[in-house]
Amino acid sequence: MTIIEEEIGAPHGGEAHHDVEPKGVLLWLTSTDHKIIGKNYMYTSLVFFVIAGALAMLIRTQLFAPNNHFVSPQTYNELFTIHGSMMLYLFAGPFAFGGFANYILPLQIGAPDMAFPRLNALSYWLYLTGGISMLLGFLTASGAAAFGWVSYAPLSNATNSPGAGPDLWIVSIMLVGFSGIFTAVNLVTTTFYLRAPGLTMFRMPIFVWNMFVTALLILIAFPVLTAALIMLYADRHLGTHIYSVAGGGMPVLWQNLFWFFGHPEVYILALPFFGMVTEIIPVFSKKPVFGYKGLVFATLAIAGLSTGVWAHHMFTTGTVLLPFFSAMSLLIAVPTGIKIFTWIGTMWGGQVDFKSPMLFVVGFIIVFTMGGITGVLLASPPIDFATHDTYFVVAHFHQVLFGTTVFAGFGGFFYWYPKITGRMFREGLAKLQFWLIFIGFNVTFLPQYLLGLQGMPRRIAEYLPSDHFTTLNRISSVGAYITGFAFVIWMINMWISWRKPIPAPANPWDGHTLEWATDSPPSHHNFEKLPPIRSQRPVWDMNHPEAADYKASHNGKRAESIEKSETSR
Amino acid sequence: MELGIVQLDKSNAGVGTFEKSNQRRLGMGKRNLIVLALGAFSLTACNLPAFGAFRGATTQGQNEFHLWQGFILTAIVVGIVTWGALFYAVFKFRRCGDQIPKQTHSNLKWELIYTIIPVLIVIGLFAATYVTENEITNVSSHPALRVTVVAYQWGWKFEYPGGVNIVPKGANYPTLELPEGKTTTIKLVSNDVVHGFYIPEFNFSRYALPGVTNYFDFKPTRAGYFEGRCSQLCGLYHAEMLFHVRVVSSSDFNNWLTTQQQKVTA
Amino acid sequence: MKSERGIYMLVGIFFFVVMVIYFLWSGEASGSIMLFAAAGLGVMPGLYFSWWVRRMPLRPEDRPEATMSEGSGAVGAFPSNTIWPFVLGMGAALTALSLVFGAWLAVVGLSFIISTALNVSLESRRGGSI
Repeated sequence: MTIIEEEIGAPHGGEAHHDVEPKGVLLWLTSTDHKIIGKNYMYTSLVFFVIAGALAMLIRTQLFAPNNHFVSPQTYNELFTIHGSMMLYLFAGPFAFGGFANYILPLQIGAPDMAFPRLNALSYWLYLTGGISMLLGFLTASGAAAFGWVSYAPLSNATNSPGAGPDLWIVSIMLVGFSGIFTAVNLVTTTFYLRAPGLTMFRMPIFVWNMFVTALLILIAFPVLTAALIMLYADRHLGTHIYSVAGGGMPVLWQNLFWFFGHPEVYILALPFFGMVTEIIPVFSKKPVFGYKGLVFATLAIAGLSTGVWAHHMFTTGTVLLPFFSAMSLLIAVPTGIKIFTWIGTMWGGQVDFKSPMLFVVGFIIVFTMGGITGVLLASPPIDFATHDTYFVVAHFHQVLFGTTVFAGFGGFFYWYPKITGRMFREGLAKLQFWLIFIGFNVTFLPQYLLGLQGMPRRIAEYLPSDHFTTLNRISSVGAYITGFAFVIWMINMWISWRKPIPAPANPWDGHTLEWATDSPPSHHNFEKLPPIRSQRPVWDMNHPEAADYKASHNGKRAESIEKSETSR
Repeated sequence: MELGIVQLDKSNAGVGTFEKSNQRRLGMGKRNLIVLALGAFSLTACNLPAFGAFRGATTQGQNEFHLWQGFILTAIVVGIVTWGALFYAVFKFRRCGDQIPKQTHSNLKWELIYTIIPVLIVIGLFAATYVTENEITNVSSHPALRVTVVAYQWGWKFEYPGGVNIVPKGANYPTLELPEGKTTTIKLVSNDVVHGFYIPEFNFSRYALPGVTNYFDFKPTRAGYFEGRCSQLCGLYHAEMLFHVRVVSSSDFNNWLTTQQQKVTA
Repeated sequence: MKSERGIYMLVGIFFFVVMVIYFLWSGEASGSIMLFAAAGLGVMPGLYFSWWVRRMPLRPEDRPEATMSEGSGAVGAFPSNTIWPFVLGMGAALTALSLVFGAWLAVVGLSFIISTALNVSLESRRGGSI
């Protein structure tokens, strides 16, 4: 395969610049290489994750005691608004979709780069500036946005939330939204046009499938959010009355628009991590993915259904068609269940090696199963009436989102860390981190289910001693501190790996997919040569010819022709 | 009641033993449905634990509570099956050498099983939900009492017939008085932003949305004193937007209302 | 190409069916319009792919038996290092922030955007460089 550097001027006597790679900050500012941009995304999103996690520690400290005055109610509202917004818009999405997808997806389909490298770089800069804009809110006179990450109208209008903070929030989400749309366009095009020969759609790794479906969801959901935000801005500053009753508008329209984005967004956050899990389990079980096609169609079904369930966040508005949305929301549990059983089926009968990535993945399945089941409870309007906007919901979505973004996300992080950095991490510290997160997380969020059932609403800055919420809140806060401490262990691990590197081999885990066929870290345009692609697991076929996938096919002629075909450049 | 529990246990077995023949599985599915409906509607609260939730102080709240019990029992069964399979796989198939295990790509039978059984469970849950939600959202055309609840930043106003308005007085939260055993229709509106009218022990909440008028019924089943809250973030003092609910006997309620109405006219 | 077309058409048809059910059942406008747009998002590229499927031979990445040598030749032109996406990003961000801090910021932002437009056009003539 040949890659042409874009240097149309060269034949006319211009100089070829491509072998002079700038170093340091200049590389970071000017690179269009998907690997550099992917790393930028990943590191930036992890910084936002640490900041948002620190905000969570402040939130839990405020709730440690009844009638606590650790922070003022205004500050508290800002804290959970920015905690939620950062975690959802600036960490969970970009970490997987900007970071891992950018870095891993072209490698897994044998492509030299993304389809639109300049656009890719642009979307990173929009993401970074968007993230900084959100944080700038804390520096303005009136403080950051304080209306929750859902910013329900009319609480988010100019009267109820004056000042620059909310405007910065709107601009920030718009920038990050465009960044996401550009990345989505890039990923769909890359998946459709830059696959290696022989890599048909139904041979793509599940990770690629999930990223592709996520990209479709982003293209459906984010434009709606951007439109809604523009209308919100117009209401705030241009005198329109789209979301205000006084001028003949409808406040509930915001909720419809927001959740039409917001529920697919939940799956935009989850699907990439499902993809990572589906890469990790087969490798550490030494088996192929169980039920590949079922998994692909389950992913598509989740994407389709997720766009028809937005109003399950609005059951208690009294304005939505309850049976339609509860039926769709209950149905979405089926493809999600299929995924969980597929993962268990992949482990079944394998040789499961519990290295730290696999440990994180098992933690993910445990946590996510419970989060998914409580999600089914919430899909029933009567139960939602009783628990809506309480800590039951908080516990549910943290189990789902923390389960995916942190357990599966750090599983993926450790899985691809050798490939991305060319170094190994310290296995013992990674395992310690897992156990601390696992214990800390459950201690934090299981009591919150009970708090919610006892009637503690979300987003309250303080509660009364007579509410009897104190003990459970204390347990929950202690759990949060344990979880926070686990990330200190993680940083120590990264520090040691940085100062005392252990070089990583090209394929440390006996991986199955194409990214393990190149060096760690991969060279500038990724591949010197590619193995022949005759199944979903070309690298496995190459390393284990006696158990190769194409031999399992009943077509003997096909297997023969494959043995003849050669690796070629 | 005992019957209901026994059948629920059997249905658990139905979910747990996957290797039944296709026909029998479908039969199990139907029985699941019936049993779920039984579990949701005919069980009284006495035999089963509450699983952390309130048992409901209104008929609507009790309906919700029974649905909750049905759902959580199903959830526990599904959870045990899934976690059981996971832990079995984790402990049974630990790595014990370098040999390559059998490369299983798919197994149509099992894939169908773990698709069809969840679909059947979901249909059962939906049927139960549908019946219960109609009972809860049903608004009586001839209620014994109509109360208008006005939500505003940051408090509640309860408007009774005869010009009686209950509002917060100083640091005291307002009290919503309701007659026991009688249907009260609440008309819920908001003056400014979105609020959530939430009474935990009634197992019920509803948004007070500007531009939308919501109606719903309460039929309290026992006298008592309950807490009410605002559940939807409504600005700075969201946490302090509390109210009380007092359910008294019908005659006590009438006396109270008459006294209040006399105060208004006086 | 066929699988790609199939996926888009599947997405489009699914949302169309959901839209029809939802609209007839609820009569609610905003959700129906959004579902209609989502259906369009599937159908439009689906039709585009259908047009190509009939006019294009199977690409190497669509044939299970293709060998690596069939993919040789130029796969595409990839830019080397360039500063202009960064400048454009800053320009777009400053222009967006002018919504918060006042129109003067848009002057700075737009000048960045225009200089990017000029320089990227020039860049493609003289080859990528910083």
